[in-house]
Amino acid sequence: MSSLSVSSAPSVVVQDVSVTYRTSFERRPTLRGMISSLGRGEKVVREVEAVKDVSFSIPHGTVLGIVGANGAGKSTLVRTIAGILPPTSGRIDVYGRVSTLLALGVGFNRNLSGRDNVRLGGLAAGLHREQLAEKYDEIVRFAELGDFMDMPMRTYSSGMYGRLAFSVAVNMDPDILIIDEALSVGDARFRRKSANKMRELCGQARTIVLVSHALGTVRELCDQAIWMDHGVLRMWDEPDAVIDAYTEFLEVRQDAVTLEDV
Amino acid sequence: MTTATPTHQRENDFAEQHHVYEPHLVGLPPLWPYIREAWRRRAFAVELSRTKLRAQHFNTVFGQLWLVLNPLMLAGVYFVLVDILRGGSNRPGFFAHLVAGIFAYHLVSDAVRDGTKAVVTGGRLILNSAFPRVLLPIASVISAAKRFVPTMVIYVPIHMASGFGVEPGLLWAIPLLALLLVMASGLAMIVSALQVYFRDLKNLMPYLLRVWLFASPVRYFADQMPEKYQFLLDVNPLGQLLSAWTEAVNLGQAPSTHELVVSSAWAFGLLIVGFLFFVSREREFAVRL
Repeated sequence: MSSLSVSSAPSVVVQDVSVTYRTSFERRPTLRGMISSLGRGEKVVREVEAVKDVSFSIPHGTVLGIVGANGAGKSTLVRTIAGILPPTSGRIDVYGRVSTLLALGVGFNRNLSGRDNVRLGGLAAGLHREQLAEKYDEIVRFAELGDFMDMPMRTYSSGMYGRLAFSVAVNMDPDILIIDEALSVGDARFRRKSANKMRELCGQARTIVLVSHALGTVRELCDQAIWMDHGVLRMWDEPDAVIDAYTEFLEVRQDAVTLEDV
Repeated sequence: MTTATPTHQRENDFAEQHHVYEPHLVGLPPLWPYIREAWRRRAFAVELSRTKLRAQHFNTVFGQLWLVLNPLMLAGVYFVLVDILRGGSNRPGFFAHLVAGIFAYHLVSDAVRDGTKAVVTGGRLILNSAFPRVLLPIASVISAAKRFVPTMVIYVPIHMASGFGVEPGLLWAIPLLALLLVMASGLAMIVSALQVYFRDLKNLMPYLLRVWLFASPVRYFADQMPEKYQFLLDVNPLGQLLSAWTEAVNLGQAPSTHELVVSSAWAFGLLIVGFLFFVSREREFAVRL
């Protein structure tokens, strides 16, 4: 653990991590709702065990794919690695700066322009103003949004939204890039461009965590894969082995539907 | 290690960070690194406030004028109201007291009202990036402070017209303003976290804030309060503080020890309670939004 400079040193070490969170039944929790449910003696919260006792490590420069059904805990797991959700038990060591591209993409305020959203997102991620200014042009060029950068993000199409999100994440120069099902953005041309960018990043000895339902992408890009099922780590192996086991489990053939590239 | 230049260290910050994520002790993250990280990213809070103010046209002349007009008209209405109730006889300098009090009260209430929205409008940012969430309510306080500045410019002619002088004692306004900001920060943290759990808090806020204004020595002088209501000055976080503030701003009078002790206790107490409460809850924000 002490010799971090060795190239085979891990980027991420996940040890016995469990994530449990409480969530409320109500869609919109209110004071009024709480008071009236107190009167009825109802329990308003429910515990969700999203990730159960998961351990694995990602060596430096590895592209790790995470596969699994919806609700298997994949997104929770990557949010924990990104430091967004603290684990309920266990420990995660992350060596390096993390950039996240999670399912919902960048941009939190749809009334602000793309430029403001990029700037605020970058500052929140811990970049300095100068660093941000350096990267800004590259982000815009890659996203190909041009004048739209100064328009409110509510005027963006979902493809433009996704393109900007992808561009921000990959241009932040992260040591560890976490991508949660976001490769399927934009038109065919942008997809090809983003796939190329991904290959380039993978080739740069960068650590990448890729959550995807596109098994073909996982097979092509990843060096290792894990399979999550109901919060449990079912398998951690070569992508081919994991995908074979996963598809067998799903009782579907590896036909065009599951392998279809996103 | 100590000989490394600051720039080198800064680069190092980005090149090789080692993060450890572990369960939080009693729901709290390690506080010292948390505060350090929040300070390092303070530019985010400043930028967030600037962006939001721009969306509210704060950078235009009429936008600023509106911010000033609103409390000024309120002060006018209250002045007439109180003047009528008192049968047309008010203490000299009452209007200046009223205006200074309302502006200071608006600083705090603005921060609190904006703070209720701070976390719940941070949706995607909270879901997708790891940063000290406390910067969100802090940004609300920065916005409120920026809106406060032009109102103080308006106060100057009122101060002069009331016949108050310019004296060194007026400088007491600065530490008292700092206390107002400390208190506003604590309260903004509390309400921004509560709003996540009780989404109707926002609707309740105007009533609470209205009651709070009435209970504060703004529309009356602290010493005009009947004996049986004097306790309100100590119970109300803003009681002694606003009383000291208007005395300092109007008369250049130094606050009494009692005023200073009670207001500091409230301000820092609320900041500490608010910060700990916010930080202990913030891990849940990502799953509650």
